[in-house]
Order: sequence, then C-alpha cells, then structure tokens
Amino acid sequence: MKEHETLEQRLHEQGVSRRSFLKFCAAMATMMALPPGSATAIAAALAKVKRPSVIWLSFQECTGCTESLTRSHSPTLESMIFDMVSLDYHHTLQAASGFAAEQAREDAMKEFNGKYLLLVDGSIPLKDGGVYSTIAGRTNLDLLEEAAKGAAAIVAVGSCAAFGGIPNANPNPTGAVAVSDIIKDKPIINISGCPPIPAVITGVLAHYLTFGALPALDNLGRPKAFYGETIHDRCYRRPMYEQGKFAKTFDDEGARNGWCLYELGCKGPTTHNACATTKWNGGTGFPIEAGHGCIGCSEPKFWDAGSFYAPLPAPAADVTTVAKAAVIAGAVAAVVAGAIDRGKKTKAQQSREKLTVDDLKGE
Amino acid sequence: MSLDDISIKVADLHSIGSLDALLNEIASHLTRFIATGETAMIDLKSLPFSPAEYESLRTALGRGEVSARLETIGDSELYETHYSGVWWVTHYNVEGDVIADLIEIAEVPAILHSQPEDVRDGLERLQHTLSQTK
Repeated sequence: MKEHETLEQRLHEQGVSRRSFLKFCAAMATMMALPPGSATAIAAALAKVKRPSVIWLSFQECTGCTESLTRSHSPTLESMIFDMVSLDYHHTLQAASGFAAEQAREDAMKEFNGKYLLLVDGSIPLKDGGVYSTIAGRTNLDLLEEAAKGAAAIVAVGSCAAFGGIPNANPNPTGAVAVSDIIKDKPIINISGCPPIPAVITGVLAHYLTFGALPALDNLGRPKAFYGETIHDRCYRRPMYEQGKFAKTFDDEGARNGWCLYELGCKGPTTHNACATTKWNGGTGFPIEAGHGCIGCSEPKFWDAGSFYAPLPAPAADVTTVAKAAVIAGAVAAVVAGAIDRGKKTKAQQSREKLTVDDLKGE
Repeated sequence: MSLDDISIKVADLHSIGSLDALLNEIASHLTRFIATGETAMIDLKSLPFSPAEYESLRTALGRGEVSARLETIGDSELYETHYSGVWWVTHYNVEGDVIADLIEIAEVPAILHSQPEDVRDGLERLQHTLSQTK
C-alpha cells in the first residue's frame, strides 16, 4: 500500500480541469452548509490534502446506512470513494472476501496507524459476551476496540452507532449500546438518523478533509451545521403552524392543503436534522413534503418515545422565537449570507485578499 | 371509474413568506454590488421553499438575454435572469441530479472564467503540438 497522493495530483492525472474541480467544490460547499462563495477556498485546501484511509465497520445494523450512502447524489459515490478517501475496508462494498478482506483491514490499521478514519454503523451488543453479532468469528466489541486504538477519529454513522438505535429499543435483548458507550478516548462524531442523510455523511468527510479537523458538534456529538436546527425550524409548512392551520386527520381538507402536521404527531419541533433543506432522494422531498409527520429518527430513543401519531405535549420553549425570525424577519437571508463575518469578507474583497479556509474556520 | 371522477384542484401558488424574503435579499445584494462591486451567492438548496414557491421564484426572476452551459462532470446551466447581474446557476452531476443550485450576483458567474491552471495546461499542449509539426 503506497502513501496516498493528494487529491489535486489524482484529479490532474485523470485530466480533470480546474473548472471541474471548482464545480465539485461548489457542490461540497452546498453540502457542508458553508457560504456558497467559499468554493475557491475549499478548492485550495482540498487540493493539498492527502486522501485519508477509511476503515468502515458494520455491526448490529440493517445496511440501511450503507444503502443511504450509496445513494448519495452529491458528489457521486464513485468520486467520493475513489477521489476523496481511500476506502480500505467495508465488508459490503469491497471486492475482497474472507481472509483477504480481513487482511486489508489489518494492513490499513498497521500502515496508517493513528491516521485513519474509522466509520462505524450499527450498535454493539454486549450481553452474553457479545455473541449476538460477530464477524470472522470475532465479536463486534473486540473489533471495535482494536480498530479504535489507531484511529484519528471515529464517525458513528446512523442512530444505532450513535445512540444504540433500534437494537437498543425496549426490551433490548442483545444489550446493544452505542460506540460512545464503549470508546471514551477518541473524538467521536455522531451522524444520527435512520438512515442518516447521505449528503450529511459525505459532508462530514468533506469537512474533515477541508479543515483537517472535525466540525463543531452539539451536546449529542452531532455536527451543528446539519443538526443545529430542528425540522420544525426549517419546515416549509412552518407558516401554517404560525397561522394555526393544522391538519386533524390524514385525509381532511387541511391535509390536502398542506397544513401543519403537528396535531398528527409530527416530531419536527424536537428533532434536529437537515431533512427540511437537504431533503432526500436526490433532493426530491422529505417526509413532511409527502404528507407524513417527522418520526424523530435522529434523536436518541426515538423508537421508545411513544406513538408516532400522538401529538407532542407542548411546543419546545424556544421554537416560536427561532421560527418567527426564520420566516417572518427573513432569517432566510441570514442563513443565505452564512455565518461568515461580513466585515472580513468585504475587507478581503476590497484589498483583493483571497478568502482562505482559515477564515471559514473561525465561524 | 374514469379520470374525470378524480377531482383536480389547482394548487395555491401564493407565496407563504419565503419568496418575498429572498427577493429582498437579492435586492440588497444588488445594491451592494452596484455600490462596491462585491459579488454574492445564495444557496437555494439551504432554503425551506415549498415546491410552489420555488416555481414562483423562477417566474419572479424570469430569463434575460444570456445563457451558457458547462459540460464538465455533468452539465451546468447558467443564465442571466430578467434582472441584469442576477444569475441562476444550476450544477448537475453525471446522473442529472442537482448538486448545487445558486443565485449569483455578479457581472459573470465566477465559474465561467477560464482558470489560470487550465490556461497554462492549454498553452503547454499547444506548444507541444507546434513542436511536433516543425
């Protein structure tokens, strides 16, 4: 396994023009929820990075997270895997099998010790010595602890790896726990969701490559750029909520007119995720756009949180102020402008300084 | 049962608030662009638009005199709207999915400019060709 080349070298060898690379970076900026004008700064940073080795371990899971990633539309999975990272082990996607597959994992752990990114999907069963999920005769716990030792950081993909998810739901017959319940001495980033939004998975990897560090996280270890606001905050039906227009059943006049689904059990007000803006299926829509309330799949214990169709007891305290700002006062505009420091940006433009990735780091 | 038995209702395309906010944002960017030359970009994918509002935005901005197409890692469509200096830039991937949808306030969208690296590469190729024909 040779030392990985930089992304710029790799793209140049493939005859990819600078303009194409800029277009790619514009898509990345959109994905990372950064100011759209930062594509040039991202290009400068990404061009210099060496592609990191990625080891992906799948534990007690349904493969939905991998399904989600392989349907990621921005950028394509191929460019993601072959250009941005070196995916050295993923037992569903790799061509090798059996001993050769496990050898690839061991080689990558040795060669890139301390530098590789460890991605994990699925929870880890602890009951009865962890016998409920094993790979190549070894328990998930054993594999996780071994791979975590040499990892630069761990990304827990999906609600199972992040919070225990469905296997952890009552009565939790296998004693399933989250990655963060076991590993305490490594940076862990939780990309929750069942499954998580594919663009969020790739967005976090892109952020790591661009800035050389993990993005800012919320109190549950989730990247703020994607989980900083609730579904309700950014829902296009939010004005209906403000106007008191609620659908009472799934087939009444209100439902047909696209009114708020709060009374039908929508968990949007308490769920932090980017579905309302990033959307699903190539940006086609998200559950509320299809007429069904949010079930809150990116929050801990979502499966045990009561009926998906019972309304939330009361609106979250801060919801009204946030959304009024968003819809009425035009925080649309504030979000558009991004968190970037206006003064600095203007100064940079006036003095013809180039916006760098360090300027974006300060946000 | 025939198609006529299914009642059809025309959706209400009236803005529910976000469209006006965005048009005001564009107006303030244009004002700044005229005064200082500062360009701006708006990421449409980050906004909570209803499908109807998105269509209303297309109608509100209209189409102007110039359009261009990039053919690189999928197509990109760029056109100047009815308001000079306001460009609508949509990048697609090779599968035809939208990977970035932007409003750009500028004389010309940045990505249309020839890139210095590509120009240098081009010159090298041209010189190589010339050296072969001597």
